[in-house]
Parts: sequence; C-alpha cells; structure tokens
Amino acid sequence: MVGIPSRHRSLFLLTGVVLLQVLLLAVQIKRDSQGRLIRVWTVSAVSPVERSGAWGIGKIRDAWRHYFALSDTARANEDLRRENGQLKLEIMQLQSKSAEADRLAALLSFKQTQAKVPMIVARVIGSSADANSAVIYLDQGLREGIHKNMGVITPEGVVGKVIESFRDTCQVLLLTDRDSGVGAMISNSRIQSPVGGLGEPLLTMKYVGNDDEVNVGDRVVTSGMDRIFPKDLPVGTISQVKPGSPFKQIRVRPSANIEKLEEVIVLLTTDPLALKPGAPLNGSAATAPSASGQPVSRLTNTKPAEKHP
Amino acid sequence: MNDTFDLRISESHIEVHKFHGGTILLSLILALMLQGFLPVYIPKANILDLPLLITIYFGLSRRNPSTGLLLGTFIGLLQDSLSKTPLGLFGIAKTVIGYLASSIGARLDTEHPLARFALTFSFFAVHQGIVVLVQKLLLAQPQPWFTMRLGVSCLVNSILGVFLYYLLDRFRKS
Repeated sequence: MVGIPSRHRSLFLLTGVVLLQVLLLAVQIKRDSQGRLIRVWTVSAVSPVERSGAWGIGKIRDAWRHYFALSDTARANEDLRRENGQLKLEIMQLQSKSAEADRLAALLSFKQTQAKVPMIVARVIGSSADANSAVIYLDQGLREGIHKNMGVITPEGVVGKVIESFRDTCQVLLLTDRDSGVGAMISNSRIQSPVGGLGEPLLTMKYVGNDDEVNVGDRVVTSGMDRIFPKDLPVGTISQVKPGSPFKQIRVRPSANIEKLEEVIVLLTTDPLALKPGAPLNGSAATAPSASGQPVSRLTNTKPAEKHP
Repeated sequence: MNDTFDLRISESHIEVHKFHGGTILLSLILALMLQGFLPVYIPKANILDLPLLITIYFGLSRRNPSTGLLLGTFIGLLQDSLSKTPLGLFGIAKTVIGYLASSIGARLDTEHPLARFALTFSFFAVHQGIVVLVQKLLLAQPQPWFTMRLGVSCLVNSILGVFLYYLLDRFRKS
C-alpha cells in the first residue's frame, strides 16, 4: 500500500470527509423520507434544553420586569415618580398578560368553533439553526398525534406545515420559506394559484395571468387544492401587483404574524378538511364567501386523524 | 492581548492554543442553542451564524487541519440536523472552513482584531459560496450568490466574531 506523506494527510482527510458528505447528500436526495436518525437524536437532545431555555428566559424576563426595572426606577426617581413608574410597569404587565390572554382566548375560541376538527395548540420553542430556512420547532410531537404534512395555523391565518415530527417536538416549515407553498385563491375573484415563500417577509402568488384582474388589498385564502389546509382559510393580503412575463408578479403580505409566532394551532389530520357555514372564524375569514356565495367559517373533518405507526 | 501579528513560514513557530476541559464542547452546544433560540425572541438574530464563528475560532486556535476539519464536519452536521437542509450541506461547508481556518492558523498569528475581522469576513463569504455551490450543483436549488442581506450578515458576523473570539480567549490555558 502506498503511504500518504504526512504533510498531505489532512488534505486527504478533507477530501474523504467532503466526499462522504456528498454521498450522504446524494442518498438523501434519492430517499428523502427515510433514515435521518441523526436528526431524531439531535432534535431529541436539543429540544428539552430549548424548552428549559424558553422557561428560563421567561423567568429572567419576569425577574427583570418585577425587580430590576423597578429598582432602577426607585433609584432614579422620587416617591411620586417611583409610584408612577410602578403603575406604568403594572399596566405594561397587565397589557402583556391581557395580550397573551387575548391570544390564548382567540386560540380557544377558534378551537371551540371548530370543535369537529382535531387540533392542538402548541408553543414555539425554537427556530432553524440556519438563516436560509424559515423553520420553527413546536413543543408538541408524535405523542400528541402530530405527523408530517399536518397544517399549522393561527386564528389569523395559515402559518405552514409540519415537515418532521419527533416524540415531543415537531419541525414546521413556515410559509415564508423558499420551499414552502400553499394552494390559494383570491377571495373575491376566486382566481386560483399557489402562494409560496421567497425567504423574506412577503409571499408570492405565482401563476396569475396578465389578463386577470388583481388589485392591491385583495384577500388571498386557501383553495383546499393542496389537501393540507381547508378551503377559505386566510393566507394574506395582496400588497403589490406588477405585470410580468408570462404571469403577473404578485406579492402577498401574510395574514398570520409569521415573524413573531408564540402559539400556533396544529390541525391533527392529514385528511382533507371542509368548511361549512356556521360559527365565524376569528378575524377576517369570518366573512369569506364560499364557492356557493355563502359565508363559510366552520371546519369539518371528514375522517378522524389517522394514526401513523 | 497581543497587538501584533506575524507572518511566519514555519508551522513550528506558531503557538498551539489549548483550552480548559469542555470549552470546545460547551461553546459548540451554546452556539447551537442560541442559534435556534435567539431568533424566536429577536427575529433579526437569524442573520448570525454562531456555529461558523465557533468553527473558525477553534480552527484558528488549534492549528491542526485534521482536527479543524473534523470539528467543522461535526458542527456542520449538527447544524444540518437542526435545520431542514439535507444532512451534509453545512457539513461540507464547515468542513472546508475548519480545514482552511486551521491551515491558515498554522501559518499566521491571528491574534490581532483586524486580522480576525478580515479572516472571519473572508471565511463567511467562502462558507456562503460553498453552500450556494452545493445547493446549485447537488440539490438543484437555484440560490443567488450575493444579496444585500448576505452582505450585512457577513459584516455583522465578522464584528461579532472579534468580540466572541476575545471572550473565548479567556478560556485558553496559559
């Protein structure tokens, strides 16, 4: 066997390691849905720490609001101003709690109005480890019945879909990711076209012909064609329309506040969902007309969630 | 901190820095945690690439290309595992960066903040170049070579790197 000169050993090692990883990539491209045990291990190892990190940050934030900010105020001001500061601080806390209560109430109300749809509220505990992908981690996983390709929403609109599910956590591809897409249509004209991410806050509506009439401010809702999201869930509002070749260049501002998600709803079914008239959806979807011209708002599941092995 | 840096031909004249037990592992875990954790609370923080800064720093300090590239591989694969990217995308990029950083670290004394800034800036650009190249060639995902966001990210990470490296210097064995 020919010996490798010691000064070139690291170069050979580099070549070997890179080639191995290229092979690894190739294997994944061929069999996208198999393997990936390292992903399961890593996520399982990291998510408890992220979960406790989220808890710790909450405690630190609380401590800061309750003590440090208050003591700064006490040192800096006289009694009256201190009292004023305290009151302001309390108001802020109450507003924060009220906002959180509103958010949770909206989630609960949404869940109650869609009683027939199996869904679960989950908290965001982490995000992608690279800046190029819009991915978040939730604190619920396989144990709660969350599986790949389940839709993720907030009462305001569509958020994304589950792309991996682990025991106690799952990975969600956000609508703003370049690889993301949702079957959608313009609410009033019913023009259908997928809406996808661009890796930036705005989304794009891809295949609307130049002859179709589209206006800034038009609402975009799900079409149900992707068989992940039920029909008529709010996706966003058209914020920019430009003529293009061969299709219009349309930018859509998402309805859900995707950049600042704290709690979301996971639709616990991979079966098609249908909307039927009834209790209103929270927010703008309440008046979304159905194909028959009636307001639509209640999600109805045709089958219970299928349990994957 | 030493305010001078020398270009030396022989590797044997360069000091190899050693660290207190667990420093590398702890820094790596912390970097990965923060990378996934910070953007939840501060969305703009997703322009940071802390695992890359850790790869560069320990590559430059340890100055052994073999350990540098293996550390890069390890960090890259962990980062891939925590993203939706196929395993190996960041693995390849960080393997190369780990190798380059430790090879350059073996030839240059990289203690000066300006040298560190310039090296981090260059490594960040090379890293992004490799990621885009692999995405274009192997994954058939067309990505732009340069965006304004990338430029800002390059600059911010390089500045952060200077401070982070200074902090990590504290954990060296004297």
